[in-house]
Amino acid sequence: MSVEAKTNRILPIGAIGLRGWVMIAVLAFLAVGPYTAHVLGQGFYLDLATRLVCLSIAAVSLNLILGYGGMISFGHAAYIGLGAYCVGIPAYYDYTSGFLHFPLTIVVCGLFALITGALCLRTKGVYFIMITMAFSQMVYFFFVSLDEYGADDGLTIDYRSEFPVVDIEDGVTLYYVCFVSLLAAIYIVHRIVHSRFGMAIRGSRSNEQRMRAVGYNTYAYRLTCYVISGVMCGYAGALLGNYTNFISPEMMDWTRSGELMFMVIVGGSGSLFGPVLGALAFLQLEDQLPHLIQLLGGAFGDLGFSELGQGIKDFSKHWRLIFGLLLILTVLFARGGIDGILKSIERRRRD
Amino acid sequence: MDTALLVTQLMNGLQLGVLLFLLASGLTLVFGIMDFVNLAHGSFYMVGAFVSASLVLALDSFILGVLLAVPIVVAVGVLTEVIAVRNLYPRNHLDHVLATFGLILIFDELTHIIWSPEGISVPLPHWLQGQVELLPGVILPSYRLVIVGAGLAIACALYYVVSHTRLGMLIRAGASNRTMVGALGIDIKTLFTLVFAIGAGLAGFAGMLIAPITNASIGMGNDIIITAFVVIIVGGIGSMKGAFVAAIIIGLIDTLGRSYLDDFFKLFLGDEAAETSAPAISAMLIYILMAMVLVFKPQGLFPPKVR
Repeated sequence: MSVEAKTNRILPIGAIGLRGWVMIAVLAFLAVGPYTAHVLGQGFYLDLATRLVCLSIAAVSLNLILGYGGMISFGHAAYIGLGAYCVGIPAYYDYTSGFLHFPLTIVVCGLFALITGALCLRTKGVYFIMITMAFSQMVYFFFVSLDEYGADDGLTIDYRSEFPVVDIEDGVTLYYVCFVSLLAAIYIVHRIVHSRFGMAIRGSRSNEQRMRAVGYNTYAYRLTCYVISGVMCGYAGALLGNYTNFISPEMMDWTRSGELMFMVIVGGSGSLFGPVLGALAFLQLEDQLPHLIQLLGGAFGDLGFSELGQGIKDFSKHWRLIFGLLLILTVLFARGGIDGILKSIERRRRD
Repeated sequence: MDTALLVTQLMNGLQLGVLLFLLASGLTLVFGIMDFVNLAHGSFYMVGAFVSASLVLALDSFILGVLLAVPIVVAVGVLTEVIAVRNLYPRNHLDHVLATFGLILIFDELTHIIWSPEGISVPLPHWLQGQVELLPGVILPSYRLVIVGAGLAIACALYYVVSHTRLGMLIRAGASNRTMVGALGIDIKTLFTLVFAIGAGLAGFAGMLIAPITNASIGMGNDIIITAFVVIIVGGIGSMKGAFVAAIIIGLIDTLGRSYLDDFFKLFLGDEAAETSAPAISAMLIYILMAMVLVFKPQGLFPPKVR
């Protein structure tokens, strides 16, 4: 496959394939949809979209190491938490400048990623999964034991980060800041993956020994990639902290890391836009699954099976059960996630 | 230093240690033999606690409840293996992690449906509620001794089974070379199911032991399972001996750190500084230990033989 064809496979330049159209459609929708909803008085959708965009940035950052680098981090929620606390703790002392919060996030997350990454990357495979998980749990317990900053109960952020000109105290402005950040994150990952650096990262995923034999210090490459990803995820956390106005250790519980992985895998790991689709799918499921079950129950009720219908309606509070089942089924039967499905449709059409 | 307090804390540490061992031994067996990462292992701990709680309350007998609950948890383990886990062995670790993460959600919700979201407290029989004077002036609740004793007995039994029986021989052989064991005509499928069920049973038993102290609650397995992961990382994944040594070390360090670290810090920090920093550091202590072990021995203290 020529270099050009390879580029087209990841970012559809020239002939825009189905995946390209989906990406354009989703981004276009995110650009105007939430604002329209806000103007029409449906502020809820603006909130949902802000959360979606923040989590998408985190998923895109995780995809950089998981999808392209083959480093299965089960501790990425720690960076979201660290980023959020880098906004919350200074705000607690009335330092509200965004020019303090965001550089602090970058330094703290970068250092944490550098130290833990240096240790984690000494190991491979399942050790790596568990160690990243354990380090994120360490951060979790660290914040749980900090009584000064609310411990378990969390900390309210009274003022969002202050920037000149851009006032993110306004929900719409904050949303567009997040949205532009997402575009930037996707572009950065695109540039990284197609650079010489990114080739080395992808190379050491498929055959590390060969990369080393060719003369690459794969450890240094991977560590750099790990730090970039951590900083990016921390940035997403800082945005998320600003959005929710509230932070708690619960944000970095290991199940949160699992959800981030879910987004990457369901969307399609190792594809540029997959994680955004995954985040979309995750939030839609979280938001809509209970309603869908209720609707199903209502339908049965209308058909005359009122008891069964009521039973199904009552079941809607157990939507996580369905969620777990979907997760297992995705792993077993839909490899490559949403992006993989789109890709196979694309291929079938071309043939 | 107060000796009575020290002995009490040592016993508490030992108690956490044996519970961790019961969890970690199953994890390490399943990983060593099937090369399978099971995040949902903590769910068996939870299921064990709930099943035994209901049985103890229904039968009004602690011993009978626990004895009946063990086979039930083993059966749940077999079912899980046959329905879901078996199809995952040929997949990579990432798939294992995701699918068993899904299993956790399912187990948590099912527990929510079958029992209540509040959790159940388990009453102890009278003869276990008493206290024992272990040394002059050192009084311990007798149930803590029962936990430590039961845990150590299980550890000995496991050691005997693994190193002196035919099943143990198959387990060891399976850990060092799965394909060869299959080629020699051993029914690998059944062996895998059996090992998975043993692991589930051990985790469930740990949950039953702790239920009278902490109550059976949803999500109780999700917290301790991470510590169990730390145990097998420190001990060396796949090593039974490593799991035991690391479980005891981590149980002791975690418990003693929480009770003595502030005193220790006061030796060279101000009182106030010591009291604010000690809880944060003691919460991180076992992870720091894990990091140090990894620096010197990336494969853990007792790395398994090369496969």
